[in-house]
Amino acid sequence: MKVCITAQGATPESKVEERFGRAPYFILMDSDTGSFEAIANPYADGAGGVGPKAAQLILDRNAGALISGLLGGNAKAVLDAAGVAQYTYRSGGTVKDAFAEFRNNTLQKVG
Amino acid sequence: MKLAVASGKGGTGKSMVAANLAFTLAWTGEVTLIDCDVEEPNLHLFFPAPATTRDITIPVPSIVEFACKHCGKCAEFCQYGALTVLPDRVLFFPELCHSCGGCMLVCPKNAITEVSRRIGTLSTSVPMKGLQLITGTLDTGSPHAVPVIREAKTMAGHNTTVIIDTAPGTSCPVVEAVDGCDACILVTESTPFGLHDLQLAADVVSRLGIPAGVVINRSDGKDDQTIQFCTDHDLDIMMTIPFSREIAAIQNRGDLLTRARPEWQKDFCSIFFKCKALAGRER
Repeated sequence: MKVCITAQGATPESKVEERFGRAPYFILMDSDTGSFEAIANPYADGAGGVGPKAAQLILDRNAGALISGLLGGNAKAVLDAAGVAQYTYRSGGTVKDAFAEFRNNTLQKVG
Repeated sequence: MKLAVASGKGGTGKSMVAANLAFTLAWTGEVTLIDCDVEEPNLHLFFPAPATTRDITIPVPSIVEFACKHCGKCAEFCQYGALTVLPDRVLFFPELCHSCGGCMLVCPKNAITEVSRRIGTLSTSVPMKGLQLITGTLDTGSPHAVPVIREAKTMAGHNTTVIIDTAPGTSCPVVEAVDGCDACILVTESTPFGLHDLQLAADVVSRLGIPAGVVINRSDGKDDQTIQFCTDHDLDIMMTIPFSREIAAIQNRGDLLTRARPEWQKDFCSIFFKCKALAGRER
């Protein structure tokens, strides 16, 4: 499964970005192979409606789960409808750290 | 002539100036007073009267599910993120929609129609001879102030003096309310915040090409910086209202300064003539 993690940079060593729609990068970690792919977020500086647009983007990239700090209501509605589980990570670490916690099942799932 | 009353800072006395100006002018001519502070309209408090109210709606898309092939073209087109297309359904977020109709145009299956969505109301009343009050009210939770303001402005008669009370601030609702007016009265107060926001508001109306003058309200007599700013920017100070407990008390009981103390009417008349001079037009 591909896990999308919002990031401040384009590598797994980058810090996790706590905002979803305006995150500079989305890092897609493959939980089976451990490989990753970075997507620059085209909506990071958008005027409005960036939450659902970013959600559509990661759905189109087949993300099965999302790890971020905060998620707006519209983005959450899209991800809920698509069955993408959302997890909160707000410990200030890197994408790698967040991914490790995800694998250890220690992240809080967004209700 | 169409006049706007704006301020930048909230609570400086926009509605007070607009209401007293309308009340004064209605003795001698036809006045339409429009409350375009649609998130918090309050002019009706000064002019209680039976009103006729109707809904204001905007067109929004409605997806005909059986015709939709979930191709995603509408979501791709929408700049506001109002549509999200999943493999089996389309999600629509009405509060993000700007009613542009683009999704209908790009849909290859004609699977989108438009339906009306209520965003607020428009009330009209005639509280006194010569005065029509139009109040735009935005529904709680709706972010679409601009279409309500636009609708309220179209209700004004053509042969009357129109006075538009705007929202505080300098964002879209204020720009929409002030746009197209012949002159603008900027109401400020003797505080650093009053001056700071006056500067912003003056900048907005100047960029819109609307001539403006200033009313200093609740003046404590220490208006040097405001006067300096107005001098530097060629803004006429049309009236200074003193900081007065008596005036505050008149306001607080829902009365009008020009009704309780008619001697003030000449000052409001003079604002009107100064605005007319600014606009360079005959009434």
